[in-house]
Amino acid sequence: MVEAVEVSDAIAVERTLAGDRDAYRVLVERHGRMVYRMAYRMTGNAHEAEEVVQEAFVRGYQKLGQFTGQANFATWVYRIAANYAIDRMRQRKVEESRMAVVDRPHEDALERDPVSNVRDQAPSPERLAESGQLAERMRAALETLSPAERTAIVMRHWDGCGIDEIAGVLKSNSNATKNTVFRAVQKLRRALEPFLEGKARAIGTEG
Amino acid sequence: MRHRTEEELIAYRDGETKEREAIAAHLRECPQCRAEMEQIEKVYAAMSAAPVPEPGEEFERRVWQKVALRLEDRKAKWWAGFLQPRRLALVGAVAALVLLAFYLGRKTGTVGPVVEQAEAGKVRERVLVVMVGEHLGRSEMVLMELENARTQEGQKTVNIAATQRRAEDLVKENRLYRETALQTGDQVMARTLDELERALLDIANSPEEVTPAQFEVIRKRIEAQGLLFKVRVVKQGLEERKASPDAKPAENQAGVTERKKA
Repeated sequence: MVEAVEVSDAIAVERTLAGDRDAYRVLVERHGRMVYRMAYRMTGNAHEAEEVVQEAFVRGYQKLGQFTGQANFATWVYRIAANYAIDRMRQRKVEESRMAVVDRPHEDALERDPVSNVRDQAPSPERLAESGQLAERMRAALETLSPAERTAIVMRHWDGCGIDEIAGVLKSNSNATKNTVFRAVQKLRRALEPFLEGKARAIGTEG
Repeated sequence: MRHRTEEELIAYRDGETKEREAIAAHLRECPQCRAEMEQIEKVYAAMSAAPVPEPGEEFERRVWQKVALRLEDRKAKWWAGFLQPRRLALVGAVAALVLLAFYLGRKTGTVGPVVEQAEAGKVRERVLVVMVGEHLGRSEMVLMELENARTQEGQKTVNIAATQRRAEDLVKENRLYRETALQTGDQVMARTLDELERALLDIANSPEEVTPAQFEVIRKRIEAQGLLFKVRVVKQGLEERKASPDAKPAENQAGVTERKKA
């Protein structure tokens, strides 16, 4: 089925290029949700995620002449969306910091002392997910990441992208990207650990 | 024995380490690092389990409406598309419709300017009702063809090229009627035509040769939307309007039936 979708995408791209706008609608409708999921994880906000989807498809249409057909359309529009999402998040950070930063004592405490926050018998991820809490915790945890870290972990973990592909979006090299992925997981861990079962290894046993 | 750092363990979990064997061996022997690994594993499990709220059924339509507003026509090739024979035929049909409505409107409106306009509107609507009715009839045939087609055992591919070409033609007509329905405020009609348009596009943009399994997917998708049923209901409503031209379009039977279904 995947192949059939790719062939059908290629036909829709050709038709769009020949001036048939409705063919582009097929592409938007077929891949919109996939882009949305990524955009939601990047922005943490349904409204913004939808704006990212719109912008990505508008840009995709404008640049469609550059789409060579080597990559498949889904991958291509995904990358456009990721590029736009990271720019947008960076922009947001700049604006936030300009607006005289709100203090976040909770996160600071987590950064300083992760172990003290560990609770025994916290619910498992599955139980959290059932109660609808996990989505909220994850959203909050993702907020502690920098735009680059967030992009890296979303692309890497949820969408299974290769390190080089992520490096392309981050405009970085592969070693630095691996490091960014690592920092993202580490920060998520610090933010989520209070809510997950079990204890961290005591600090000082590493190395 | 050196404990493994968090970075090494995360790289291991991520499949991005050159020391795969060594770390695996260490984990087998070191309960502390194993415990650490389990904690890291939980972060990954939490990531995998965290849901993204679905954006709702109307998402695709909403996005397309916004995107479409911002698309510029590809002007360089615009005229080339227009010269295709099939499109020329459509342009001809539309021109004929407009002329016919205009002519009938003039002919019937003889009492005064206001009445004339109202009469002309009615005639135009009646012409439209007939044309949309025919369009729905043709669309119904395409959908029925797909719904009723059964693939034979051992058949490797199904060729749907002929159906596709018809769907393609119908898409263009459909768009015109959908826009008209929107302008005249006939919501039920506009919605049905919108759904129909998506199905037709879907058919038109599939590969010509599909495997029986792929064919089934297309068929099931159309079936799941209950589209054939909706098209029939709207068509029936139109036939009733044709019989009694003063019936109100907005609250026709299709609306009632659809709401009941929902």
